[in-house]
Amino acid sequence: MRPTGEVEAVLVQILFYLFATLLVAGALGVITARNPVYSVLFLVFSFVNSAAIWLLVEAEFLAIVLVLVYVGAVMVLFLFVVMMLDINLAELKRGFTRFAWLGWLTALAVIVEIVGVIWQHGLGGVDVSRGFVSEPANYSNTLELGQVLYTRYAYPFELAAVLLVVAIVAAIALTLRRRPGQKVQDVSRQVAVRADERLRVVKVAAEKRP
Amino acid sequence: MHTQITHLLALWATLPELLRTLVWILIITIGVILCVAFLTLWERKVIGWMQLRRGPNRVRIFGLLPGLGQPFADVFKLLTKEVVIPSKANKFLFRLAPALALVPALAAWAVIPLSPALVISKANAGLLYLLALSSMGVYGIILAGWSANSKYALLGAMRSAAQMVAYEIAMGFALVGVLMAAGSMNLGVIVHHQQGGFLAWNWFWLFPLFVVYLIAGVAETNRAPFDVAEGESEIVAGFHVEYSGIAFALFFLAEYANMILISTLTAVFFFGGWLSPFAGYPLVGGTFLADPSFFWLGLKVFVFLFLFLWFRATFPRYRYDQIMRLGWKALIPVTLVWIGVEMAMAAIHIGPWARPWFH
Repeated sequence: MRPTGEVEAVLVQILFYLFATLLVAGALGVITARNPVYSVLFLVFSFVNSAAIWLLVEAEFLAIVLVLVYVGAVMVLFLFVVMMLDINLAELKRGFTRFAWLGWLTALAVIVEIVGVIWQHGLGGVDVSRGFVSEPANYSNTLELGQVLYTRYAYPFELAAVLLVVAIVAAIALTLRRRPGQKVQDVSRQVAVRADERLRVVKVAAEKRP
Repeated sequence: MHTQITHLLALWATLPELLRTLVWILIITIGVILCVAFLTLWERKVIGWMQLRRGPNRVRIFGLLPGLGQPFADVFKLLTKEVVIPSKANKFLFRLAPALALVPALAAWAVIPLSPALVISKANAGLLYLLALSSMGVYGIILAGWSANSKYALLGAMRSAAQMVAYEIAMGFALVGVLMAAGSMNLGVIVHHQQGGFLAWNWFWLFPLFVVYLIAGVAETNRAPFDVAEGESEIVAGFHVEYSGIAFALFFLAEYANMILISTLTAVFFFGGWLSPFAGYPLVGGTFLADPSFFWLGLKVFVFLFLFLWFRATFPRYRYDQIMRLGWKALIPVTLVWIGVEMAMAAIHIGPWARPWFH
């Protein structure tokens, strides 16, 4: 989306407010929906809308990766788990008032952080009230990100990757346990099986006709 | 007549770009849906011939080939049938699920270069866009399975979700190899960088990745021999067991549209898209046969679609744990090893990495 004229600029504005409204509505849906499956779907909806907003500011890599990783993989697994759960809603609601202050505190912290970032940018000479400055036509967000990730931020990037690998190994190690008496199929033996191990051809004497 | 055509072309050029894009979207969508219609017929015919039957041979259009009208007869039958919604089903999601299955399959065509000139969006991150969309297709199946409130449907949805998440990884890694060979995520550039005839296409240097991509593509579309999500003999019809009429047809539309999409992508990523196999060879290199065109892409897609049908007629269904084993323990390691091999090839500048853009 590259605003070239008045009409396009207005169109981008309209799209931004549309996606922003849907995003907020979806986020509200996540916390108000009674059915956990609906909550997960509202979260997916919010992700897609925030991806659309990112597309409007020409951050196509981030937008697509958000959809690819969160919508395409993480939320599918969430949905997978939530669908199999038999959640008792009364049990869930019991702690609601007791932990409400924690939720409010978290919300407050997030709001303060967001306002702080905008405030700081305003002080640093970036005019946040003016909106987005579009890049030239041959600009590739993916290429730019790749260039800084593999040069300037190569070590932090590698560190993050190592952290993820550790997390994967830890998750697998925690769930991997050998239970005695469990019946397991040895697939390589099944694949390597030959007909003469399973089948015995027996000669049976033909019966005489009475 | 000729002046009329030039007039029309001039009129076409004066239309605003948004409108022209919309017209192209409409043309491509209708084209894909028509292809799906005839693909179902072709599938039944091919499997029929492989099993020494005739396949559909009753419905004709205008007295043409016997069986040619079968897809339309099927569509009208399904359109006029009642859409039964189970009483305990989640009605909203039950209606939404077929649409969610179909939309990604059609939206993916936006970035696919159909001919040297024809592509709706020359997105720089086209490859990522395709991966993102193909990963969204699973929602239609999961929601269909859950919202129907049926044990069989839920089982089918669960199988499908696990299978798609597993094979998406293998597919993504295979595409990482393509990305390394092309140096770009723009599909048009990926095709351009395969220029130079049959042996210059990616399949030659990335052969293991091509095989992995094709297998993962068959699994991703839930086709035989990986169709455990439907598994008629075990869980009746899996995720769409409660669907009837046109809602059922939408799932089939999505499945076949996905088949055409995967075939097209295989052609684009590994077989040079719209490039001609004869380009750069003596005798035919200078003739019209060497020109890139939509015709070549169509031919390649047709061959891959035939493979899909052939698989269905030939292979028995995989057992579920074997599908998981193949995805996680065979296909993903193959792609990882080949990405390492590609790094070595890039380091010594052979194959696609001998091209000038790489240096």
